[in-house]
Amino acid sequence: MGKLPPYLSLPERLWHYGFRLLCGLIFFFLIFPLVVVIPLSFNAVPFFTFTKEMLALDPAGYSLKWYEDFFTNLNWQGAVQNSVIIAFFATLLSTTLGTLAALGLSRPTMPAKTLVMSILISPMIVPLIISAAGMFFFYSRVGLQGTHIGVILAHAALGTPFVVITVTATLVGFDNSLIRAAASLGASPTTTFFKVIVPLILPGVISGALFAFITSFDEVVVVLFVGSFKQRTIPWQMFSGIREQISPTILAVATILVIVSIALLVTVELLRRRGERLRGIQET
Amino acid sequence: MLVGPLFLFILFTFFIPIGDMLFRSVENSIVTDILPRSTKLLADWDSTTNELPSEAVFAAMVADIKEGRKARTITRVGQRLNYEAPGMSSLFRSSARKTKRMKEGPYKPALIKAHKRWGKVETWKVIKQFIPKYTAGYFLAAVDAKQELNGDIVRLGDEKRIYIDLFWRTLRLSLIITALTLILGFPIAYLMAILPTKSSNLLLIFVLLPFWTSLLVRTTAWIALLQQQGVINELLVFVGLVGTDNRPQMIHNEFGAIVAMTHILLPFMVLPLFSVMKTIPKSYVRAAVSLGAHPWMAFWKVYFPGTIPGIGAGAILVFILAIGYYITPELVGGTTGTFISNRIAHHISSSLNWGLAAALGVILLGIVVALYLLYDKIVGIDNMKLG
Repeated sequence: MGKLPPYLSLPERLWHYGFRLLCGLIFFFLIFPLVVVIPLSFNAVPFFTFTKEMLALDPAGYSLKWYEDFFTNLNWQGAVQNSVIIAFFATLLSTTLGTLAALGLSRPTMPAKTLVMSILISPMIVPLIISAAGMFFFYSRVGLQGTHIGVILAHAALGTPFVVITVTATLVGFDNSLIRAAASLGASPTTTFFKVIVPLILPGVISGALFAFITSFDEVVVVLFVGSFKQRTIPWQMFSGIREQISPTILAVATILVIVSIALLVTVELLRRRGERLRGIQET
Repeated sequence: MLVGPLFLFILFTFFIPIGDMLFRSVENSIVTDILPRSTKLLADWDSTTNELPSEAVFAAMVADIKEGRKARTITRVGQRLNYEAPGMSSLFRSSARKTKRMKEGPYKPALIKAHKRWGKVETWKVIKQFIPKYTAGYFLAAVDAKQELNGDIVRLGDEKRIYIDLFWRTLRLSLIITALTLILGFPIAYLMAILPTKSSNLLLIFVLLPFWTSLLVRTTAWIALLQQQGVINELLVFVGLVGTDNRPQMIHNEFGAIVAMTHILLPFMVLPLFSVMKTIPKSYVRAAVSLGAHPWMAFWKVYFPGTIPGIGAGAILVFILAIGYYITPELVGGTTGTFISNRIAHHISSSLNWGLAAALGVILLGIVVALYLLYDKIVGIDNMKLG
């Protein structure tokens, strides 16, 4: 933040600190709810609140039993399994299709680019409840409602816009003469694709895949409608848990998810920096 | 051609389902499908004469009900007609039992004896209303209106109006949430834009972390904070601001929905604001101040106009997201903080009035598409950025 210049008047100084205080409060508002679930998840009693023992830092007030419950309860373990399976296949599908589409879209000869782009990213714009309702109606007509495949297809559709956007972004700075150079040096189109194009767009593909993964992993509205108990994912289980029996196991799961999202955030940030370095864009 | 596979995929998994919803919002074949004979004859019946249909129609109806009873579809007709005229469901259910014994005609007195509503012209008018393959009935219901038997469209009585109020509430709450995210988001985006990159990157993490964290985690966190025995209430009691018996109700109402959704959507406001503010050179304001403008004036006249594209982008994005929100209002909204999406979900999974759910969905979709076109005009979808 640096030192304030000495010529500032008192009101200007007050404003300087006052404004920072205000921003500090807003950042507090953003982060505090995420932080507060962490100690609460170690609660020894089944409430969402701090007990006297916890505030006195008495070890008896803390317990790992909600984590134990999460790791032993079959409902939760089934949910973890489903979440991973569904997110994995949905990501695979949306990354493959999305990357191909982004490559096609970035060709200078692509007709009606804006229109196609807006069609492809529309699953991101339409409110989830509407997508979920439509998918529920149609998937139950064709027998996909209540199947893993149905949920995977639905999640893949929701994830593709992110892949298309991130891969298109990495292709913006793509130098087409590299392809010609590779061809003139005798590389086949397949070799060019894997040796020249893929390494350059890889950061975009991976961050797109991460977005697709988190979309599926975090998604609950579509699972609620297209899936059933057999397709329960972690968010599904949390949703019904909050509605029915509220137990701090949900907070333990929340804590684990916060840690997972920190890990994902770091990964995406590292990838972004690597991508910028590769394409020679200087950080400003 | 590389776009082809994805295009087909999106078409099948996304656009056809949306189309299916559009179709269901006007589709009306259930009555003609299950009562094929009687509706065919009823089409020629002149309902304006106020005379009951002929014996042939009654006979066809008995045959239809018998068959519908065997196929177990007859209750669905009753259910569907019941949306328009209460009592039809029980009419069909009780008649279905009694038609079993009707072996031969004349069917007219027999059916009227089975249930006296068959002797009323109105009953037949209601059924006749369902002969067209498509109906605007669901849409009328979605805006608290209905079509009378004589074809007039009338608004429902005050006590029966729910959807218009719900749409207004959804719009009002979304506007409040958008305004709050702007008020909270503008200062921190501004702070991040004027700080050196190193410190602003650090602060950006505080915005991105909630953005990346599961929606349900954040909703759960607000339940833990706001509930009656929650962290904030305990704190208020501890410092003595409120007594332990009159803790304020902060969740399962409008307030809880607004607070939690403002928190959840705030990153969507900050990120576009920040990316626009980053591009405004700091020297502009300095130049204005050095030319004698008051710092406030310089900010308002020089800096602020430059941020308007960011405000527009963030506001529309937050508004679009808020208007279709389902999970958070469902969990923390109680009865006063519910949105139109909660009603759609209710009609899909509880009341099973899918047509009405579809009609409400189509109206909501229309609003969102209009806003999206506006967004496209202001920002352009090509400029959409993530994180």
